[in-house]
Order: sequence, then C-alpha cells, then structure tokens
Amino acid sequence: MSLVIDELVQPMLRTDVPEFGVGDTVRVGVRVVEGTKERIQVYEGVVMRRRNGGINESFTVRRIASHGIGVERTFLLNSPRIDKIDVVRRGKVRRAQLYYLRGLSGKEARIKEKRHF
Amino acid sequence: MIDSILGKKLGMTQVFDEKGAVIPVTVIQAGPCRVTQVRTKEKDGYEAVQIGFEESSRLKKPQLGHQKDLIRSEENGKYTKQFGLKFLREVRTATVGEHTVGETISADTIFKNGDSVDVTGTSKGKGFAGVMKRHNFHGGPRTHGQSDRQRAPGSIGSGTTPGRVVKGMRMAGHMGQERVTTQNLTVVRVDADKNLILIKGAVPGANGGLVTIRKAVKAGK
Repeated sequence: MSLVIDELVQPMLRTDVPEFGVGDTVRVGVRVVEGTKERIQVYEGVVMRRRNGGINESFTVRRIASHGIGVERTFLLNSPRIDKIDVVRRGKVRRAQLYYLRGLSGKEARIKEKRHF
Repeated sequence: MIDSILGKKLGMTQVFDEKGAVIPVTVIQAGPCRVTQVRTKEKDGYEAVQIGFEESSRLKKPQLGHQKDLIRSEENGKYTKQFGLKFLREVRTATVGEHTVGETISADTIFKNGDSVDVTGTSKGKGFAGVMKRHNFHGGPRTHGQSDRQRAPGSIGSGTTPGRVVKGMRMAGHMGQERVTTQNLTVVRVDADKNLILIKGAVPGANGGLVTIRKAVKAGK
C-alpha cells in the first residue's frame, strides 16, 4: 500500500493491545451505548482467528453462552469501541483458524494451556 | 474561487468516526494546483481557469514553454533540471477575475469536512468484455441440456421484419478506460498540511490515476 496511506493510518492504530494469538482466552471490554449512557460489556472467550492487518485487523472470539449455545463475535482490533483486551489464558494450538471448535462441545472443546518454563 | 481541484488517487483505507463506526475512504493527493492560464470572454470567448498538477522534470519543450513563468529549475551537476506541471485541465468558472497565473490552489480552500463532491476519473480498462460483464446480462441456463450458452447474450432481435438489428443493441465490446464521474460523495477529512482529501466510498480509476474533484453539482440542501 501507499506510504502516504500507511502514514495516515498510523495514528489510528492502537498501541495498548496486548500480544495475543489464536487459542488464547481473552476478555474483551466492549463499549456499549444505551440511550445516552455508555457502559462497558465484558465478553470472554477463545480467540478463533485473527485476520488482515493494519487498520483493518480483526479477531473472532468464540464463547459458550447459556444452554451451551456457541456465540462468535468479531471485533476490529483498532476500533475505539473496544475498551480493553485482557489475556486470561494462553492456549496451545496447531491451527491458525480454530473452526474445528464449532463441531465440538464440552470437554472436547478444551484447549491445552501453553506453559513457559 | 474555482470549485475543482486535480488530484491523484492513492488508494483506499478505513477510518473510525466519533461513534467508533468504520467509514471506508479513498485517499486522494489533492493538489496543490497552480493556475497556468486564465481564459477570458474577450480573448477566448469563454471563461475558465487552467490549472496544473504534479511537478515533473520530463516535460517536452512546448509544454515547458506554455508554463514558462512557473518553471522551477534545479542544478544537477552539469545539467539543469526544469520542473513544470504534468497535468493541465481547464475548469469553467464565472469568477475568472479572482485568479491570476501562478496562484496556488490547495484543497482546504475549496473543500471542508462534510461537503458533497463529484469525482471524475478514468475507469480501469477491462478490455473486450462480454455482455454479462459489460451490461449485466444474466447469460443462459446452465442446466437442461445446454451447451456453450452460459455467457451468451441470447437473441439480438426479430426475424425478417425488421430484418436488421436495432441501433443501440447492447453487445460485447470494449469496456472501461473511459471518463466516469461519481456524484455526491462525502468529504470525510481534509488534511491541509499533507494536501490529502479523504472521500467516503470508492472513486473511479486505478490507484495512481488522475482524478478531478469538484463541488457536487446536485448537492442537496
């Protein structure tokens, strides 16, 4: 892409995003506007994929909601609507996209924790 | 003041608005342009301002001669490089009296955030294209024993009466690489320092192509 565009986009990129990858469990604080009030909604789940790069980078988080219903939500990494991202757990995975989680439930959908010694 | 400026399409990206919503934008290097000639009713029979954009050292002598008062020279060892303006375009205006040759026109003097603009460019060439691509025909059926009809245009007219194909029948042919204007686009941001304009949505032409931005002729209230 053009250097001018890179330069233009640079100030819009967030610098406060922690390093996280596919398989990690993250807690995403999402700014929600209800009427005139703004509050932060927390969404926690497993990172299924990260896509694109630069200003357009996004990631998808899969969470098992009530009654065992899987919910996937995609966020723009650099969006001002994201308050903060916390990494809860590092996962050890061998895929770049964890689409296989969709077919699994309960114990099958566990992801091994990555441990550093 | 004239209502147009020349620019170079740099490419597309996206920005966030104050609510955090994504706006797709085209980034255009708009100007600075310089007035190279003023056309008057008395002399030329019509009123317009000729503006030039983008410096180049590779102009031919007649082109340099046309803008001889605006040339910038640069010593380079034993050669002298002469910089003139590569693209010249005329803009019709009723206010020729306000303009003088050599005057610099920048984007921020004409446009501000939220303005409606029309952007003109040369569309990407598609070569010789069939009717499905060129005129959005549906093509033929894919099943029920069809062979070689998938992208065919179908019938192009009647039989003996009238015995000819009517004029204007849409057929395959050259597509693209023509002048296209997209109307009523919104200016998202004007960067006066870098001479950039961010316009919401796509504009005609390839990246690096010359575009003309003017105030929208059909702008709403």
